[in-house]
Amino acid sequence: MSKHAEHHSAEQMAELFRQGIHTGVGKPIKHESADKHVAGEAQYIDDRLEFPNQLHVYARLSDRAHARILRIDTAPCYGFPGVRIAITHEDIPGLKDIGPLLPGDPLLAIDTVEYVGQPVLAVAAGDMATARQAALAAIVEYEDLEPVLDVVQALRKRHFVLESHTHQRGDSATALATAPHRLQGTLHIGGQEHFYLETQIASVMPTEDGGMLVYSSTQNPTEVQKLVAEVLGVPMNHVAVDMRRMGGGFGGKETQAASPACLCAVVARLTGQPTKMRLQRVEDMLTTGKRHPFYVEYDVGFDASGRLHGIALELAGNCGCSPDLSASIVDRAMFHADNAYYLGDATINGHRCKTHTASNTAYRGFGGPQGMVAIEEVMDRIARHLQLDPLAVRKANYYGKDERNVTHYYQTVEHNLIAEMTEQLEASAQYAQRREAIRHFNAHSPVLKKGLALTPVKFGISFTASFLNQAGALVHLYTDGSIHLNHGGTEMGQGLNTKVAQVVAEVFQVEVSRIKITATHTEKVPNTSPTAASSGADLNGKAAQNAAETIKQRLVEFATRHWNVSPEDVEFRGGQVRVREQLVSFDTLVQLAYFNQVSLSSTGFYKTPKIYYDRAQARGRPFYYFAFGAACSEVIIDTLTGEYKLLRTDILHDVGDSLNPAIDIGQVEGGFAQGMGWLTTEELVWNAQGKLVTNGPASYKIPAVADMPADFRVQLVENRKNPEHTVFHSKAVGEPPFMLGISVWCALKDAVASLAGYRVQPNIDAPATPERVFWGCEQMRAVVRQPHADTAPLPEV
Amino acid sequence: MIQFLLNQQLCTEDKLDPNLTVLQYLRQRGRTGTKEGCASGDCGACTVVVGELSQGPGGQPSLRYRSVNACLTFVASLHGKQLLSVEDLKHQGHLHSVQRAMADCHGSQCGFCTPGFVMSLFALQKNASEPCRQRAEEALAGNLCRCTGYRPILAAAEQALSAPAVDRFDALKADTMLRLQNIAAQGSASLQRDGTACLLPTRLDELAAQYLAEPSARLLAGGTDLALEVTQAHRAVPRMIYLGNVAELKGVTTFDDRLEIGAATALTDCYPVLAAEYPDFGHLLQRFAALQIRNQGTLGGNIANASPIGDSPPLLIALGASLILRQGTRQRSMALEDFFIDYRATAREPGEFIEKVIVPRATAGQAFRAYKVSKRLDDDISAVCAAINLWLDNGVVRQARVAFGGMAATPKRAYAAEAALAGKVFNAATVEAACAALAGAFTPLSDFRASREYRLHAAQNLLRRCHIELTQPKVATRVTDYV
Repeated sequence: MSKHAEHHSAEQMAELFRQGIHTGVGKPIKHESADKHVAGEAQYIDDRLEFPNQLHVYARLSDRAHARILRIDTAPCYGFPGVRIAITHEDIPGLKDIGPLLPGDPLLAIDTVEYVGQPVLAVAAGDMATARQAALAAIVEYEDLEPVLDVVQALRKRHFVLESHTHQRGDSATALATAPHRLQGTLHIGGQEHFYLETQIASVMPTEDGGMLVYSSTQNPTEVQKLVAEVLGVPMNHVAVDMRRMGGGFGGKETQAASPACLCAVVARLTGQPTKMRLQRVEDMLTTGKRHPFYVEYDVGFDASGRLHGIALELAGNCGCSPDLSASIVDRAMFHADNAYYLGDATINGHRCKTHTASNTAYRGFGGPQGMVAIEEVMDRIARHLQLDPLAVRKANYYGKDERNVTHYYQTVEHNLIAEMTEQLEASAQYAQRREAIRHFNAHSPVLKKGLALTPVKFGISFTASFLNQAGALVHLYTDGSIHLNHGGTEMGQGLNTKVAQVVAEVFQVEVSRIKITATHTEKVPNTSPTAASSGADLNGKAAQNAAETIKQRLVEFATRHWNVSPEDVEFRGGQVRVREQLVSFDTLVQLAYFNQVSLSSTGFYKTPKIYYDRAQARGRPFYYFAFGAACSEVIIDTLTGEYKLLRTDILHDVGDSLNPAIDIGQVEGGFAQGMGWLTTEELVWNAQGKLVTNGPASYKIPAVADMPADFRVQLVENRKNPEHTVFHSKAVGEPPFMLGISVWCALKDAVASLAGYRVQPNIDAPATPERVFWGCEQMRAVVRQPHADTAPLPEV
Repeated sequence: MIQFLLNQQLCTEDKLDPNLTVLQYLRQRGRTGTKEGCASGDCGACTVVVGELSQGPGGQPSLRYRSVNACLTFVASLHGKQLLSVEDLKHQGHLHSVQRAMADCHGSQCGFCTPGFVMSLFALQKNASEPCRQRAEEALAGNLCRCTGYRPILAAAEQALSAPAVDRFDALKADTMLRLQNIAAQGSASLQRDGTACLLPTRLDELAAQYLAEPSARLLAGGTDLALEVTQAHRAVPRMIYLGNVAELKGVTTFDDRLEIGAATALTDCYPVLAAEYPDFGHLLQRFAALQIRNQGTLGGNIANASPIGDSPPLLIALGASLILRQGTRQRSMALEDFFIDYRATAREPGEFIEKVIVPRATAGQAFRAYKVSKRLDDDISAVCAAINLWLDNGVVRQARVAFGGMAATPKRAYAAEAALAGKVFNAATVEAACAALAGAFTPLSDFRASREYRLHAAQNLLRRCHIELTQPKVATRVTDYV
């Protein structure tokens, strides 16, 4: 018998059975690490006890955007006491390129550098300061080459990292030519720094046979394992990657975590010593990729109600200097250029422009937000042109339930909630009344103006590279009834481990306190997909459910044999197991099973059904289902300076049957804040030499506490199971809420448009910094001074 | 040798590098709860709380807890203080009430920023008696969270302040004060290692003599900018003289005609009297960096640092502030606008330091307006900072003092705009003339914060805003009023 087993009377057992568990699926329990977070006890890689003889690795970064390397001399590095080794690409034992899918990302620069911030050489020393000083003392001689720094220039020159791709349905040229109205325009959409609070870090311990134990803050342990093996020239089975938690990821640790891990591994191999590499904030911002900036050209035809007849969209993603994940990212921008709207005849071209900047990478939404911002700009522009409320134009274009319900990539939009959600939010946020109140306010406020916008979100769930939609898990039941849970997903704050533990708790009908969540580890669950595409809980939750169900099935089979009952007589509930009329504790059953030689450990596996995509035809069903959301934001702007404040935001978001409403609301609120930041104050600025000058939090401004709306009302859609057979009919929640932030950008433009009677759409690129809002106001004032002959007269203000 | 309390443990340190920050100190000792997010004082992940002897409302000795950024605090400045980091809050296995509130309200996701928030909330709980959203936002403006969207953290603030229980730190207050008084009684101290030193004088004459003897030493006031030389520019500072223990440099004295502010008075301590005298000065100080910085940073430091984008100099210039400069035993007075010579260059002579800042008090007919324009409302650096000080008499501008930050290499007085205003009827035409004068006198730069055209337009519009506010008080002009 276990020393820790609780003993309950028959009455107590009956009561526990009657109540069921309190921490299973659907319960708003707190994050599994919450108590450790608040106490400072949650360990991140830099908090681990350090290995003896550990070396700190520091990479010297290129200060040229595009140059040929003429000479590297690391001899001066060795003049600093404590320096153990200085390496260049020539010292890498195996493959030199760590590009995730295609080459283009040399671990250390080979012949040329392609961005300011590219690692050129690395130095390892007993402490970080010495490694840094020594690395800066190395001699690197360059011959400058002409850089391409501008996305439009790259587009015109067809300076691409990958071929362009087209989605096409119908004949957009004819639709445009015959539509009653037609508008053309362009838009620049800024990139975004992830600003995970924990910068990139890895710590590596060499093991026997040339192997490595790698601690990496990564969303993609398997890829780190593969790349470390490749740069060392060893099989993957020599490398183990351990990942307990990240201090934020947001996509920024999907591919970008590999570089420090691989540099540490190479140095560990060459020196036989353990290594650690932690990027300082400025270096992290200089060297890692960001959200792709996009340049958009649109040509849209529509009728008097604002309904689209056709559209031609050029989406030019600024990929930076290498492919990284840009193939899929620009694809996802194309897949989401419809947002919630039926586009009519559509031609969407996606371009992957190469510039000499850091290679842009995954970031929450993965290109989707950029595609959606483009179509939302089009909606606003149409509304101004027709002098309709932008919401009316949006609703006129929503996908229908039974008709107008096929996307431009030929997936039918099933189970579409957006119309009813919009209706519900419109009512609860009192859109019409506030629209009127704002008109009144603006009429009487000469300096400050208010704006309002309600925007929808429809986001496709699944990796568009279909093979990635698989996951594994590993569950052990120990003889004392405690449970060890491991899965292929990674915890970056999103509460994945909590949700997966709730799933396992639900299956076994025990409280989550009994389940030990352990670090993601490539030796426990192999060949994992990155924790990305909002898929973490969908995939790993299902895999863990599968593992737990396998064990549970064995327990049921054992019970039927042991008590000579049928399977229907065995019921797990509230930590108890009912065998016909008799209750036994879960612990007791586990022990009995063990003594009767039942395996209490199982792997689990899951792959997403139904999805397929033929990229050559640009047709298929890339998404298992869609997640929906809608947000209504009200802002106030100062037309003298462009300063603004978000006053109120109402959100209604669809998570199916929530696995954990508290965690889901956290994702919704946090995603909204990040999306809002992307489109307002987060501005990436590069200088003429291609160096990122907003390279720290003093110059790059993510939302702070006062940027959040004082009146913030967030609701999850209730009683709406995911009709697909997802884990307990929940929906993914990581990325979709990010795009709720678009409502703030549109509200700002609405406030600016009020200056010219809502007749003209202000040209406000993203992010709408106070300066851009100010220039939008100037544009409106110019319109008022010189109204075009073809526009309606100004209303009385 | 320096001495301080690490929670309740007396630490006597004589071998530390004076360039060591509190963040490095804590982490090297295995106290890894305090995180490095930026090492530049902008994210708050390293927030710790410093307990310091102070005077209570009635002048009685007291103990004051304030949040600071450990990454910007040199360990030498802890001398005579109590340092609390996140590990100190949990007691005998029980979370502190602010920790419990954060966990209950789902205030952590990735958890990396969380210890900093916990410490800011702890300081808030020690300084506020009841829940107040505005105070909570002020306390948390210097803590960045990338995961939550802050709503649950504000909920935690409300919970933590709704039921403030007496904690262990309250229970041990008298004892802590006694132990800190014992350290203070030892007088001046210093921390030295391998030729690097930080001197810690306690008297003004001692400081004056030390600085005159070593004019190449760097004066360490709040250190919120000096520390960046070490942590961001990676340059060692071989000699520092810390001003924070010199009582004569701290505090505000109110006279009939002026305020005298000791140069080493923390901005937090300047706030009440400046806000009372000039409400717009108060509003600006609330948006001056973040609370952790204002708890450390000093008014004298913000001036002596001579940044063209420091926020207090334009206001002080417009108010006609002057400085008392001290060199050895010599004192001299200087108008603040004369102090700034060029980009980050001042009229300070070797061995000379700012002793006091003299701010004239408000007089009849005076209207003072100060505006800060920045990309983000809180904890950001001004693109333009404007201060407009007018004396109006029956609708006529009797006298005008106008100054700007962010518009030139120094905080700069707008003489031409003042001339366009002075003696004129305060009407739109006069303001337009002043705006035109501004365009002639300033050629601001373009940088990542703003373009030169925007800076100039904004500066002109701030003059217009001032005119609207003073002549049409019912017109709403400030988005910051909407909370």
